[in-house]
Amino acid sequence: MTGVAAIPLRRRQRGREYYLVRALTYLAAALLALYILAPIYLIFVAATTPRADAFAYPRSLLPANISTDTIAFFLNASGVIPSFWRSVQVAFITLAMALLIGAPAGYAIARYAFRGRNAYRLMVLSTRAFPIVILAIPLAVTYLRIGLDDTVLGVALMHTALALPFTVLITSSIFVSVPRELEEAAQTLGCNPLQAFLRVSLPLALPGLAAAAIFTWVLSWNDVFAASILTLRNPTLPAKILTALTQSPLYYQFAAGFVMLVPSIIVIFFIRRYLLGLWGRVVK
Amino acid sequence: MSGPGAGRSTVPSQPAEPVAPSVAAVRRRSWAPYALLLPSLVFLALFFATPMGQAFALGLQDGNGNWSLASIEVMIRDPHFQDAIWTTLALVVFVLPVQFILAMSMALVINARLKGQGLWLYVFALPLGISELAAGIVWVSIFTQSGYLNTILQGLGLVDTRIIWQSAETPWLILATIVIAEAWRATSIIMIILVAGLQSIPPEYLEAADVYGATTWQKLRRVILPMLRPSLQVALILRAILAFQVFATVVALGGTGVTVLSKEAVRWANAIDNDNVAAAYAGLILIMSVSATILFLRLLPSREEQYA
Repeated sequence: MTGVAAIPLRRRQRGREYYLVRALTYLAAALLALYILAPIYLIFVAATTPRADAFAYPRSLLPANISTDTIAFFLNASGVIPSFWRSVQVAFITLAMALLIGAPAGYAIARYAFRGRNAYRLMVLSTRAFPIVILAIPLAVTYLRIGLDDTVLGVALMHTALALPFTVLITSSIFVSVPRELEEAAQTLGCNPLQAFLRVSLPLALPGLAAAAIFTWVLSWNDVFAASILTLRNPTLPAKILTALTQSPLYYQFAAGFVMLVPSIIVIFFIRRYLLGLWGRVVK
Repeated sequence: MSGPGAGRSTVPSQPAEPVAPSVAAVRRRSWAPYALLLPSLVFLALFFATPMGQAFALGLQDGNGNWSLASIEVMIRDPHFQDAIWTTLALVVFVLPVQFILAMSMALVINARLKGQGLWLYVFALPLGISELAAGIVWVSIFTQSGYLNTILQGLGLVDTRIIWQSAETPWLILATIVIAEAWRATSIIMIILVAGLQSIPPEYLEAADVYGATTWQKLRRVILPMLRPSLQVALILRAILAFQVFATVVALGGTGVTVLSKEAVRWANAIDNDNVAAAYAGLILIMSVSATILFLRLLPSREEQYA
């Protein structure tokens, strides 16, 4: 068994194993994709089935009779449209606040070496270790005292606290990927630091920042726990659906689930190139 | 064409670790970084640190604002308390392994660079943006008595009568449906962390393993998994913290049959209007997830600690 004699033999074996592994990988990929996609397809079928057929069994697995009847019924149910707009407002206010407050901090971490930089990074990271569940209840008490209870701004402030650590870490990794030399070159050519940032770094960072912003938006759009505690009479869409869940017919639920699902899927499509950059970084 | 990873492969690699900038840049405007950090520090103090402290204060007070353990006593005597604690723990214990096996499979599939790699990643990452509540409802359409699962099972002739998946009499069956829904919804984030971890393994290591004739299984066991340890640790801690907060999926799929800690916190805050007991429940979730984090850090020492 000398190495020289063994290598060609192993190569042949690896060839067979390679094709077997390859085939199994495709099979695994297909099965995993089925697990992810089938439920999305089925809720689409359920939400587009007219109410008259809602309780038919066995259920049709094909969208034989696509209709907007069920979704229209859901959207016209009392309180749904106002809570839909409330959710949209909360999500946009959250996005704006998280970026305005978080992006400068992310820029500072990316561009400057200063005392306390690591401590700050560690602090932001450790906020992730605390369950957000614990923030909503005391905030509800405080809001009641200062008149922010049941308001769009109140929920948005809570969502900003939720999104801020994420925004800081993401924006810092985005600014790191924009070469500092370009900014310095702009300064040599007569820009002041602010101009150099606005004219050079910002445009280059914009696609990444947009991806981070979109994800912040969906973070807020999806929250149901905090919104359920902070709003009672003026709920956001998920809070509204949650309270209606127990006393609503199944077709209402299916339409509600579908309406909540659609923006999430569109969002992931738009930020698909940034997914690994946004979430994948293992920060030590 | 800019931003992280633009213009390279279909799957962008992770952005670089921030490096300390040159000293010259620092001396020029040493106040600038602090000014940039200030808004976020103020905000986190007001909307993170303060409520965190208040939550503990609320939990350790009675309804009149006097310091006492009364709220905690009420929580422990709550008839739902035991159920909530055991169901929460059971979900963490059952969901995490399922998620890690799924996420590892997905990450290896992505890393195998099949045709349409970007598309596979997009499909596996889809649930990343899906809310707990929407995911719960999606699976209700499958598990409800006249739902899609029974339709398929009966259509294939596997069962004679419709199975009631969500009966309060068989809570373990409800639990199983919640595990499947949670695994569906929240595996993407682990997958993304593991894909990034896999991409950071130097290809030379795997080539070396090839040269020595390692099988695919040996490469996975002896090279990939050990190199992936930091990513696995981060993903495990992140997911465990989120798993202790499981809420809307349980409400959607469990109905009145099953309860968890966060569901009890909301019930006490809204339906019963007792913020002290609600805060006690929230504090318990915090203590449990911090304990789990410490446990995982102990059980899974990082590479350096391992050889120290």
